[in-house]
Amino acid sequence: MTFKIKSSPHISVQLQTGTVMQRVILCALPGLLAQIVCFGWGNLIQVILAISLAVGFEACILKLRNRPILISLKDYSAIVTGLLLGLALPPLAPWWLMAIGIAFAIVIVKHLYGGLGHNLFNPAMAAYVLLLVSFPVQMTSWVAPSNIALASPSLMETLQVIFELKALVVAQFSQGIDGVTMATPLDTFKTDLTMGLTSTEILAKPLFMNGVSQGWFYVNLAYLAGGIMMIKLKVIRWQISTAGIGSLAICSTLGFMFGPDTHPSPLIHLFSGATMIAAFFIATDPVTAATSNKGRLIFGAIIGILVYVIRTFGGYPDAFAFAVLLANLCAPFIDHYVRPKTYGHRINY
Amino acid sequence: MSEFKEIAWQGLWKNNPGLVQLLGLCPLLAVTATVTNALGLGLATLLVLVGSNISVSLIRNYVPKEIRIPVFVMIIAALVTAVQLLINAYAYGLYLSLGIFLPLIVTNCVIIGRAEAFASRNTVAKSAYDGLMMSIGFTLVLLALGAVREILGQGTLFDGADLLLGPWAAGLTIQVWQVDTPFLIAMLPPGAFFAMGFLIAVKNIIDQRLEKRRKNKDETAPVITRARITKVS
Repeated sequence: MTFKIKSSPHISVQLQTGTVMQRVILCALPGLLAQIVCFGWGNLIQVILAISLAVGFEACILKLRNRPILISLKDYSAIVTGLLLGLALPPLAPWWLMAIGIAFAIVIVKHLYGGLGHNLFNPAMAAYVLLLVSFPVQMTSWVAPSNIALASPSLMETLQVIFELKALVVAQFSQGIDGVTMATPLDTFKTDLTMGLTSTEILAKPLFMNGVSQGWFYVNLAYLAGGIMMIKLKVIRWQISTAGIGSLAICSTLGFMFGPDTHPSPLIHLFSGATMIAAFFIATDPVTAATSNKGRLIFGAIIGILVYVIRTFGGYPDAFAFAVLLANLCAPFIDHYVRPKTYGHRINY
Repeated sequence: MSEFKEIAWQGLWKNNPGLVQLLGLCPLLAVTATVTNALGLGLATLLVLVGSNISVSLIRNYVPKEIRIPVFVMIIAALVTAVQLLINAYAYGLYLSLGIFLPLIVTNCVIIGRAEAFASRNTVAKSAYDGLMMSIGFTLVLLALGAVREILGQGTLFDGADLLLGPWAAGLTIQVWQVDTPFLIAMLPPGAFFAMGFLIAVKNIIDQRLEKRRKNKDETAPVITRARITKVS
């Protein structure tokens, strides 16, 4: 290692919150693009709807709290919350679902706790859990990957379905079991395993291809690329994502070795559902995660293990939202016990 | 008389067992999914609380200090058993929907709290009035929570009132709005926590307003202020 000699000034510029958030949005774009390609226009409309609602609610609540509106909006945090919830909700979810979710995320989870930097929980994930618990039917009917769907709605039709202008359209599209909406690969795996099918039989279904999930595989790859870009841009540290993905990979490999026909393979675990977007874009939220490097490793590992446990033994097919919230609860505890030691000081708990 | 007024003010607002003392949270959050359940539990608590306050006040001079708590618990348990049997006999549907939370009134901190803090030190009349006011305050909170959660959750009010009040009350059910998809969280315990938080916030806002108005009144009175002579630059 060479010792770098640099001329003054020696203090480098700290990244502003707004810049960080802008880069997060930029890095999430490949994933959004992949979702549009694989699942139709739905997510784009959801994202636009979510961001406009988020900005609206943020402005209202800032006005109520007598805070400067424009300056606070410029930190882009509300837009990121909207973006993440828009990416997480099913593409054809009705508009009021998004309205309830965004209102809860911005008003209750974020601002009632004191605004940006003070919230205990990740706003987007808290809203996702609220919606998942309240409206299980709407939240679990995801769009079928467009290359195996019998019919994919056009942009206009998607708009009509989301804003419930045409109830008839919904009925048309949900007629066939594998028509437009269907269970996600993880959901399929979970229900089919309880029905006594083996992994090989499940993987032979049209929802899977070469041992990975249709569509979802590319979406997760795109988020992985975006995540690596974020680490390169120094928007996030590598610890949380690596520990989360690593521990999930270890757990799922152990499970797969223990019973290859009763457990989904590690590939399914890592490249289905919310794995990559959650590991890079959601768990790494600087407000609600642990703050030291060692703490981040523990935080990420907790998420990965919880996801595996809930996916395997719990009632929900995907578990990232729950795992992230539970890990958020642990973050202050982790920060208390895992403190970086500065030279010449002793740590007194 | 002003003492009784003070007791009423304490029980209904200032020291409300639900909103301020945060006692009896377990039944408060668990059974307030509908107004009917809330009213049922409120009435049961009212009977037990008034009865226990009167009994504790009656025997307050004969019970040795060292064993007072077990004695209070015995009295409360006896009353709860009686109320439970009454509801079992006359409102069986409600008995089923209240479930374990009916016998659990024994452990409701409001009741033992009032017995210890008020009834064991005051006369029978005052204790009875205190029990009445405290339980009315508690019931009002239960009703408010039940109403919010029932409207949000299933869009009705007084659903299943016939379980409590007899068959004539079946017509009381009001369909406030039609819900195709029930807002499940409002019916589940987390929704009770949210609604409770907002109720407490509303109470605090009202208290702040009252305080401000009182202060404004004080300030309108002429106050002699000293003029500042030296300038602070």
